[in-house]
Amino acid sequence: MTLTGIASQILEVVAALALAPLLSGWVSQCRAWLQNKSAPSLLQPYRTLHKLFNKDSVLADRASSLFRAAPYIVFGCMALACGIVPTLSTELPLSPAADAIALVGLFALARVFISLAAMDVGTAFGTLGARREMLIGFLAEPALLMVLFTASLISQSTSLTTIVETLAHRELAIYPSLALAGVAFTIVSLAENARVPVDNPATHLELTMIHEALILEYSGRHLALLEWAAALKLFAYSAIGLALFFPWGVAEAESPLALLLAAPVLVLKLGIGGAFLAALETVSAKMRIFRVPEFLATAFLLAVMAMLTRILLGA
Amino acid sequence: MSLGVEAILVVVAAWLVLGLAGLFALHRFWFVARVLFPAGGALALALAAIALAGLHASAESVVLPIGLPSLPFHFRLDSLSAFFILAIAAVAAGVSAFAAGYFRRGEGTPPGLLCLQYHVFLASMVLVVLADDAYAFMVMWETMALSSFFLVTTNHRIPEIRNAGYLYLLIAHIGAIGILLCFGVLQADTGDYTFANLRAQQLEPFWASVAFLLALFGFGAKAGILPLHVWLPEAHPAAPSPVSALMSGVMLKTAVYGFLRITYDLMPTQFWWWGVVVLAVGLATALFGVVFAAIQVDMKRLLAYSSIENIGLIFAGIGLAILFSSFGMQPMAALALTAALYHVLSHAFFKSLLFLGTGAVLHATSERSLGKLGGLIRTMPWVAWVSLIGALASAGLPPFGGFVSEWLLLQSFLFAPGLPTAFLNMLVPAVAALIALVAALAGYTMVKFFGVIFLGQPREEKLAHARDAGGWERIGMVWLAGASVLLGVLPVQVIALIDAVTGQLVGTGLGPVVSRSGWLLVPVDIERASYGPAIFLAGVALGFGLAYAFVRQLYHGRTRRAAPWDCGYPWQTPRMQDSAEGFGQPIRQIFEPLLRVQRELPRAGDAQPRYRVSVGDHFWYWLYQPVALVVERAAGIVGLLQQGRISVYLLYSFLTVIGILVWVTR
Repeated sequence: MTLTGIASQILEVVAALALAPLLSGWVSQCRAWLQNKSAPSLLQPYRTLHKLFNKDSVLADRASSLFRAAPYIVFGCMALACGIVPTLSTELPLSPAADAIALVGLFALARVFISLAAMDVGTAFGTLGARREMLIGFLAEPALLMVLFTASLISQSTSLTTIVETLAHRELAIYPSLALAGVAFTIVSLAENARVPVDNPATHLELTMIHEALILEYSGRHLALLEWAAALKLFAYSAIGLALFFPWGVAEAESPLALLLAAPVLVLKLGIGGAFLAALETVSAKMRIFRVPEFLATAFLLAVMAMLTRILLGA
Repeated sequence: MSLGVEAILVVVAAWLVLGLAGLFALHRFWFVARVLFPAGGALALALAAIALAGLHASAESVVLPIGLPSLPFHFRLDSLSAFFILAIAAVAAGVSAFAAGYFRRGEGTPPGLLCLQYHVFLASMVLVVLADDAYAFMVMWETMALSSFFLVTTNHRIPEIRNAGYLYLLIAHIGAIGILLCFGVLQADTGDYTFANLRAQQLEPFWASVAFLLALFGFGAKAGILPLHVWLPEAHPAAPSPVSALMSGVMLKTAVYGFLRITYDLMPTQFWWWGVVVLAVGLATALFGVVFAAIQVDMKRLLAYSSIENIGLIFAGIGLAILFSSFGMQPMAALALTAALYHVLSHAFFKSLLFLGTGAVLHATSERSLGKLGGLIRTMPWVAWVSLIGALASAGLPPFGGFVSEWLLLQSFLFAPGLPTAFLNMLVPAVAALIALVAALAGYTMVKFFGVIFLGQPREEKLAHARDAGGWERIGMVWLAGASVLLGVLPVQVIALIDAVTGQLVGTGLGPVVSRSGWLLVPVDIERASYGPAIFLAGVALGFGLAYAFVRQLYHGRTRRAAPWDCGYPWQTPRMQDSAEGFGQPIRQIFEPLLRVQRELPRAGDAQPRYRVSVGDHFWYWLYQPVALVVERAAGIVGLLQQGRISVYLLYSFLTVIGILVWVTR
């Protein structure tokens, strides 16, 4: 562990914290453009966060301490997740502490806490949200794990930094296993980030909401932390997607110059990824909740096929 | 020379003395609860220390001249038995402390008798693990089954509990027959049943496979492996909670021990298809268990099904280990076996903890049904928070104990593509996918378990007066919760303990590699995979702390209390929350083919429309009921012989005598 390593680690987390709301803003802006609406400012998520932090937090009178602790735990999990996935550099001192499996576990930990917090107040919508979130979680989590396993089989490692380094140095070609895994990963990240075919981040329509139902009872700083954590989650998923399928441009040597070069590449990749996400959301319609298991089962199947392709054909 | 075996036997004898003391103080409740049970817990602690010392010591044996004249009891302490004794004793210490505060006056069996049964049960579990000949093993195995049967039927005035006890006893004995036959095959006509002799026999492949299948059947019946699981969700909930904790947390592990002892220690070679069988059965059990757990509405049944799931995962790990070692890939086998043994430990602690938690809830509310609980985190904060640790560990979440074993298991699956057969390699993705699915479903189940019991609004009026657990109960639960956390945070140190066992069974261990990297758990190579739960925990805690500090520094900490928002709907009642059925409904819908769902739907004209749905077990209807029917018919036919009149029986005797005379004079 060197000084540069620690510096790039801190830089990476800070960059994630700073850029995550921007990414959410960028996605909603692209979405507005594609839907012929006037777009909110790119900085709108920051203003929202600032506003929420300034407000008093209104707690339900029977909320327990679990309810108050959950936003901080979820935020901590997501911040750590952003510190593990290599975005700027592969020389990350935190990276050995959690590999791809532990990363999935980290997301699961956050999901369990937010679901428990939603059940804490004991409202109809809270438990509904918790149930749906866990439903999506248990379908998406194995699919995500299978996607990561496909990459692990290619690189003979579950360490995310090794995966990125291996994948970045392969011959430039379309690998069938990664292509299948890429489709599966896209589906999973749509579901996990409460995006359109599964959930709609812009709605409070009672019958369809999932993520919004979970955080319905939160307000003020707690809500701000959760919104920020959601943005961080989107950032982390984008980062995983980029790391697995577009691993080029990440700094591998411990040099400040490489880091400096990696930053604009990351912003560029995230920009394109965000526009892609907005386009996907625009062309698809929200599906009924009971269709979601089929949707995610498709992802699961594709990911397993990706693994089979890799093992049997070595492709 | 250390005196491990002797020391263990002394502790076991002391347990039996405590039990007998209970017999002499049959109704002196205070003495039994506050003196005998804590003393038993202290003895368990001592036993755990002895086992810990014996883990890395060389094997030692002792012959006790009890039992039949020509058949003395052999006992032997090696790493494998020391490891399981450690698990038994460490869990028993917590459970005994809890039991000191748990049992109440006037419930079924008198306290003194309960104390005897409890300590005999503990002693027999330790001696099963310590036994070094088939004779002692079977005697102790039966003692264990019988003492636990009496403990299960503590509240024997309730018919369901008697039925559960009967089913348990029946399947325990069917399993015992399998084990007995297995030992019979293993001794290969030498007539010598000491394990040393069994180890020396070289069986033909056919007979070795027969012995293996008998062992899988016999120990599977005790462990709750599919399709011999039906007793488990009946018997475990029927017992008093400390006993359920011991049965689920520890007794199932004696079956794992027996299976490992026979397949790895007593039989020199293994075939690859054994591994496939164990793996397939284990995975099927795990998936079946977790799906059923997710739809349960009784909190103790939910935990019992979750035990089936965890046992399935343990057997999956063992199956993979057998697969690897049959191809001579010892380091990989050590990895898979470490995963299984790690799960043995972590499941022992978190499942006992959760059962004790349900016991505390049961005493405070006298409700077992999830549909009548809720909101207990406000009236029973101690129980709620320690149960949360158990639930998170059970859900396989980092940084708790359950995650480490799942992590190791998944790591070992990633090595499986190195197997020499293409057919087996093809299985890998399916297997890894199933494990991932089971782990994710376990999370669903635990959110349901914890959320419905402890969170939300109380679903019944009386829950507002629930009282938190007392001092003894807290000690027991905190001990188990602390162990669950330590298992999660210190995997390197725990694996150093497991290493002695894998070293004995497969000849190698992860130890040298693992201990080199300090706080990181590195099973093979740092480039390949690593996991540092302490750093992980510190990272989350740092994120938590920094977020808290920054929010307070830059903004404020003002909080107001108000009625819940709930989309502006003011007339909320506790019944609007998800019930246990409601929370399990998506699982029931998705996995309907696995379940036997029967629905009664109301018709359009019904004056009092009723909607009823019941979920059953396919195995019960398609396997157990037909067998029971056949047995009943056969018994009916045999019953025709019994006419109940003395003259008929005299006729039978007469005919028998004639028959014998004809046969002798022939």
